[in-house]
Amino acid sequence: MDLTPIWLTLKLASITTLVLLLIGLPLAYWLSKSRSIFKIIIEAVITMPLVLPPSVLGFYLLLAFSPQHGIGKWLHDTFDVQFVFSFQGLILASVIYSMPFMIGPIKSALQQLPLSLSQASYTLGKTERQTFINVLLPNIRPSVLTAVILTFAHTLGEFGVVLMIGGNIPGVTRVASIAVYDSVENMDYSSANTYSLILFSITFVMVISVFVFNKYKAKSPLE
Amino acid sequence: MISVDIEKKLRAYKGQQVLKIAAQFPAGSITKIYGPSGSGKTTFLKIIAGLITPEKGKITVNDTVWLDTDDKLSLSPQERRTGFVFQNYALFPNMTVQQHLEYATDDPQWINRLLTIGQLETFAEHKPEYLSGGQQQRLAILRAMAIKPKLLLMDEPFSALDPKMKSEIIAELKPLWAELEMTVLIVSHNPQELQGLTDRELVISFES
Repeated sequence: MDLTPIWLTLKLASITTLVLLLIGLPLAYWLSKSRSIFKIIIEAVITMPLVLPPSVLGFYLLLAFSPQHGIGKWLHDTFDVQFVFSFQGLILASVIYSMPFMIGPIKSALQQLPLSLSQASYTLGKTERQTFINVLLPNIRPSVLTAVILTFAHTLGEFGVVLMIGGNIPGVTRVASIAVYDSVENMDYSSANTYSLILFSITFVMVISVFVFNKYKAKSPLE
Repeated sequence: MISVDIEKKLRAYKGQQVLKIAAQFPAGSITKIYGPSGSGKTTFLKIIAGLITPEKGKITVNDTVWLDTDDKLSLSPQERRTGFVFQNYALFPNMTVQQHLEYATDDPQWINRLLTIGQLETFAEHKPEYLSGGQQQRLAILRAMAIKPKLLLMDEPFSALDPKMKSEIIAELKPLWAELEMTVLIVSHNPQELQGLTDRELVISFES
């Protein structure tokens, strides 16, 4: 049995989570503070993948990054980068698709911290950056952990968006969820069962770990 | 000399109110600020610290302009470096007593002296959730003083202390403020409180 799709899925989820953690922390911090109209628009865009059919998002990404025209053509001609039907494309799509799962818990945790915590730090002469690293971040650790695990688990389960932009290329874009679908199509229920069981187990352990690590602080995985 | 002349619109129970204060505080003085609940005492302290910006006003501290709305000048809270004791203490849940002080200053002797003044030596490794209300309040005072500010702003700083502890800590703090030449503003909602500690008084009330 070919376990490549499982490894590919884990690689995709790890890279996506890391990228989103780096983008998500500053972005969530900005969203938690900003009151501008621009913020509402950004927030809506980030939340869209939660409600949008994954195939719709995948379709637009496919159009946007097609090497025949637009940004996709420019990227292909200038940097020789192709996002369609490639692993990089899967990372890009996953980052967009899983973004609300990283941003949501971190932003809401930051908003729940009393404003006086950062104010106290400022009066001690500390910069915004020092305050974020030394005061805010350590006090939202459970929520950051929740966000990391949810993002990872959610990326494991991607199907529609990954299929649209990545297709089903063995060893390149054929992740576990697509391998399940493909196996069922080919009446190979045994492989489908194995892939499904592995995905189910990993996801279950991860969600359980959120509650264990947070010592039952989280009331729901989306908190 | 600290000179403050500010105007700030505030939403209050009776609709919009204007907080309008013009006052001067001589260097090294200790002033009690009191007024009814919701009259803007906390807002006044936060405006001085640079945490809230008023619509109009000018604040000058020892010939340095901290705020001048006409010139669109406003120093950041970091540049003003006032010692601020928050009414809700604003302690950092992730830090121990010792770490709170280390975050503010890197002078170990000063930290030890502060711990002695606040009678918190034996609690140095405790985080705020394991301290009593009174201990938390003392830590908030020590943290604000750790940066040796020239201006100390205290918002109801003794409300959680029993009378004995309150007089003990005040007896320690007063000579220290004089030694460090600190100007101190203490907010209290109780006009009888702090008698004998402060040498000046400012009453705050809204102007409709």
